[in-house]
Amino acid sequence: MAWQLIRKHSLPTRVFHWINVVVLSIMIWSGILIYWAHDVYKIEILGITLFSFFPTWFYENPLWSLDHRLAQGMAWHFAFAWIFAINGILYFIHWCWSGEWREMVPTLRSFPDAFQVVLHDLGIRKEPLPPGKFNAAQKFAYCGVILMGLGSLLTGLAIYKPTQWAGLVTLMGGYPTARLVHFALTIGYVGFVFIHLSQVARAGWNNFRSMVIGVELVPKD
Amino acid sequence: MNPPKHLAEPLDEETRRDLARKSRRGFALWIGGLVTGVAGIRWLATQSNEAGIPWPLRRVLEFNEQVATKLIGTQGRATEFPMNAAGEPRVNGRFGLKEQPIDQETWRLRVQNDAGRSAEFRLADIQNLPRHEHVTELKCIEGWSQIVHWSGCRLSDFLDHTGLARQGAGQDLFPYVGLTTSDGAYYVGLDMPSAMHPQTLLAYEMNGKPLTPGHGAPLRLVIPVKYGIKNIKGIATISLSQQRPADYWAERGYDWFAGL
Repeated sequence: MAWQLIRKHSLPTRVFHWINVVVLSIMIWSGILIYWAHDVYKIEILGITLFSFFPTWFYENPLWSLDHRLAQGMAWHFAFAWIFAINGILYFIHWCWSGEWREMVPTLRSFPDAFQVVLHDLGIRKEPLPPGKFNAAQKFAYCGVILMGLGSLLTGLAIYKPTQWAGLVTLMGGYPTARLVHFALTIGYVGFVFIHLSQVARAGWNNFRSMVIGVELVPKD
Repeated sequence: MNPPKHLAEPLDEETRRDLARKSRRGFALWIGGLVTGVAGIRWLATQSNEAGIPWPLRRVLEFNEQVATKLIGTQGRATEFPMNAAGEPRVNGRFGLKEQPIDQETWRLRVQNDAGRSAEFRLADIQNLPRHEHVTELKCIEGWSQIVHWSGCRLSDFLDHTGLARQGAGQDLFPYVGLTTSDGAYYVGLDMPSAMHPQTLLAYEMNGKPLTPGHGAPLRLVIPVKYGIKNIKGIATISLSQQRPADYWAERGYDWFAGL
């Protein structure tokens, strides 16, 4: 069997992706500094608190301090929000313009296929997945995270200028709801990152390298 | 695409060279980019502080203020809610507040301007101005919010009434308004457009009752175009100025403008 190099990720996509890695990290970190000042969200079932966002050890520990830093958090958040938004919008324009969306947007077929992918990744289904740049579960995950980015931008703008953009706040379900959704989306990113990193680790070096250098080794037909 | 699992099969020479070349260039750029990015963030984090935050972040907050005043605007109206949505906000800051009730007979509000003129007003003077009410959401910079029913006079009506808000007869308004408590322990600065906003009130009632000491009796500011930190309680002095007035929380790392 012989191998060939094929183009997988375009240069703009790679640049937007890696800028986002750094900027989203700053946004999540500074967001936690802000959230600390009114940290009321918790997961509760039948009046029993399962998890409180966040426990004291999470804010106050020898490795990092996330407490009593609201002012710094706001300054970093409102500076890097520009880069997060501009980077995301430029990526979206590129995604539409270049046609990369065609390989990413799920179709009706993707619903049953995504279920098969989950079975496959859990080791229940043994047959190989149908070929393609992204499998059906990836399509949902990546399109979903683009929509989440839009959600973060809109809920963020709503709670940033709730008087000037009162209509947007209403559209987001009111000020407290917009804040909750903005927070929940952030937890969503953290969940996404955990699954994404474990899948990248499973997919191996060749796949990871393609997000850095753009090309991937595949068997020659 | 599944990764090749049996690289025992050697790559042909051309593919191997192509991959090596693309890897060298790709990883050099990737590492260079990440190192530059992280170094930039480190640089930002280690710059000298200006009022509690690294100075470049201060510049960004000022840039955001320009965007807010020139592009977004400051005159949008806060959403008003039905009366039954109103509730009691928590007493969240006691800086500059007196524990004892203030004697309303001897209480005076002092107004002064940069032209060296000043005057004093009784509570009745303020209550005689047209009364305005609104039920709006007070938003604390910490993240909580509370819908409250406020009553008072418009700050714009009061400033017109004092005759001290203009730099001279028929001239422009002073660009800034500063407000302080009687002991000077708490103080806020406002831009004039936000001060003149029709929902900006000198409030003497909260939820239909006179203000309690904890909520700033006898007179506090209600300004829905700003975070709660600007809604100063227990106002004693109002200053009209050319220069940006000092602001308690802006000196402690927060945005001076703090506009919503």
